[in-house]
Amino acid sequence: MIEGLVRTEYKYGFVTDVEADAAPPGLNEGIIQFISAKKQEPDWLLEWRLKAYRHWTTMKEPHWPHLKYPAVDFQDMVYYSAPRRKTDGPKSLEEVDPKLLETYEKLGIPLRERERLAGVAVDAVFDSVSVATTFKDTLAAKGVIFCSFSEAVREHPDLVRKYLGMVVPYTDNFYAALNSAVFSDGSFCFIPKGVRCPMELSTYFRINAANTGQFERTLIVAEEGAHVSYLEGCTAPMRDENQLHAAVVELIALDQAEIKYSTVQNWYPGDAEGRGGIYNFVTKRGLCRGKQSKISWTQVETGSAITWKYPSVILQGEDSVGEFYSVALTNNRQQADTGTKMVHIGKNTRSTIISKGISAGKGQNSYRGLVKIQKSATNARNFSQCDSLLIGNKCGAHTFPYIEVKNTTASVEHEATTSKIGEDQIFYCNSRGISTQDAVNMIVNGFCKEVFKELPMEFAVEAQKLLGVSLEGSVG
Amino acid sequence: MDFSMNGTERMDTKTNILEIRNLHAGVEGKQILKGVDLTLRAGEVHAIMGPNGSGKSTLSQILAGRDGYEVTEGQVLYLGKDLLEMDPEERAREGVFLAFQYPVEIPGVNTTYFLKAAANEVRKHAGQPELDAMEFLALVKEKMKILHLPEDFLKRSVNDGFSGGEKKRNEIFQMAVLEPRLAVLDETDSGLDIDALKVVAAGVNKLRRPENAQLVITHYQRLLNYIVPDFVHVLSEGRIARSGGKELALELEARGYEWVTGTELQPA
Repeated sequence: MIEGLVRTEYKYGFVTDVEADAAPPGLNEGIIQFISAKKQEPDWLLEWRLKAYRHWTTMKEPHWPHLKYPAVDFQDMVYYSAPRRKTDGPKSLEEVDPKLLETYEKLGIPLRERERLAGVAVDAVFDSVSVATTFKDTLAAKGVIFCSFSEAVREHPDLVRKYLGMVVPYTDNFYAALNSAVFSDGSFCFIPKGVRCPMELSTYFRINAANTGQFERTLIVAEEGAHVSYLEGCTAPMRDENQLHAAVVELIALDQAEIKYSTVQNWYPGDAEGRGGIYNFVTKRGLCRGKQSKISWTQVETGSAITWKYPSVILQGEDSVGEFYSVALTNNRQQADTGTKMVHIGKNTRSTIISKGISAGKGQNSYRGLVKIQKSATNARNFSQCDSLLIGNKCGAHTFPYIEVKNTTASVEHEATTSKIGEDQIFYCNSRGISTQDAVNMIVNGFCKEVFKELPMEFAVEAQKLLGVSLEGSVG
Repeated sequence: MDFSMNGTERMDTKTNILEIRNLHAGVEGKQILKGVDLTLRAGEVHAIMGPNGSGKSTLSQILAGRDGYEVTEGQVLYLGKDLLEMDPEERAREGVFLAFQYPVEIPGVNTTYFLKAAANEVRKHAGQPELDAMEFLALVKEKMKILHLPEDFLKRSVNDGFSGGEKKRNEIFQMAVLEPRLAVLDETDSGLDIDALKVVAAGVNKLRRPENAQLVITHYQRLLNYIVPDFVHVLSEGRIARSGGKELALELEARGYEWVTGTELQPA
């Protein structure tokens, strides 16, 4: 069937039909031409998308992760729809799912902000316009580019062309190939030589960031000596109707550059029975291209029904540093297969992996990590620590560490623990006046401390709250 | 009707802190307590002694509200309220404290943080303002002196990697911070050497107040040389077989538990 589609020539005239709001379901070269035309992209980008698509058709969906989910029908999905019009959303908070509102309440999100997150059709885009303008001026003064991917393609085509696919080529994996073929939008960020980005860059500030959709693409480049801290996501759950998400994030750090990338992912996890929920298949990779460069991933994952995600670092430059700090929580019937890859190529490269997996309910949590020391990586060092915390008797924690060492001067350390929140711990807390829920939160937060301290201050506080909300009702 | 079966005359009208009436209870269908009667009044220290398997620990667990114990008959009143109706955390907030025989380790949870959360739960419940970090630290430093605890104690995770003695001291330290109306000390002496025992006992004695009551559960008389009780009760086969003053403990030490178990059927 796929072969038939591959051969389908573009002949439906989508390109001229620019008024159409959405493409029909399914994926073929015609759809890709349609997407590219809609976005008025240059030819080279269309070519790149088509190559990615052709490659994708030769690939098979990976089945090695420790995940179970019904097959995804890629020909039954819509790969392009125009940005949601205001009238599509709920008219007021009263029309929004009360469960979602309850969560906002618990997280202490301001009322107007709740409207934005829930996708309420608000006529005037309050505050954010002025916020956005102010911060754009500040960044422009430093020469920092921070805009949507589409805008970058229009305004900075040379930069995009130079770096796009450098870290995650479209041949990389099934989902990355799919993303390369059909990506809708995303973020582009460029920090010029010697510049320390004057603020933490957050998708939160980028207008319309909330609706960049299911095939997001992010590219961050830090030139020599540049520093940037980037925050992805938001602790509040988003209203989102796409079940499959396949994003790609590429980070490139040149000599002495430093990129810190923090994520809080809190998409809809499905209900207690495992119905609904988002499938999140993400390829995130950083390239420490220059000497003494540093890339650090920090993630707190509490959402999605299925998570497949391995933020990685390729340590190419000498003395470069890669870090991965992760908290992944699965409750109810959520499943996560997540971890990292640290590929040591340059001399004296160092990497640190701290992974904290929490399983509650019937959640299944797998850590999958690869530490690869190549022959050239003299004196490379890695330290990995993978801890699992179980809450209840029906959840699971799994660890799949892979270590490949081809240089005898390397030092690789791996530590792993599994613990369980015991009834005696809960009772001990109870007997001191602390409720069961607070006790669980306290123990979980203690467990995650090493990762939370890597998050920017405000994010860390929110992440703690978020874990609390996500674990509600998981005990007793 | 006088429910206190302590065999001691009570003429005054001090507040009853704890009244246990005809308590029958068990675990997994096995009957362990078979009619315990006991009253603790404000300002009193009672000791419960008894051989292994007499039901001492069951009693402490039931008072603290541990799951899995089934009360089949009888009543427990704390300051006149039905204690058995309350959740464990509610009991704690109302001023009931159990010093654990085996304190539980909670890795990753900082001792100060844990204690502050506990203290503020009690304060909230009493309608008092919560203490902020600075106020709490001041309070805690004061209390630490009572137990001769080192400064770094506060920075460690709750009981994590503590020695047996440190764990027991931590229990009494928590008691000092939480200032309960009723403290139940479950085999606080077990696993302590004589020096540690003295420190812990001195701590407990300093926390004795006219308005509070303490229930000291122990297998050995040794502890009672340092925490001197007003009353001693001997628990045997799920019932209080004998009650008396502090001299009963010494007599017991001299004559052994068989002395009491042989007389268990006579009302004390």
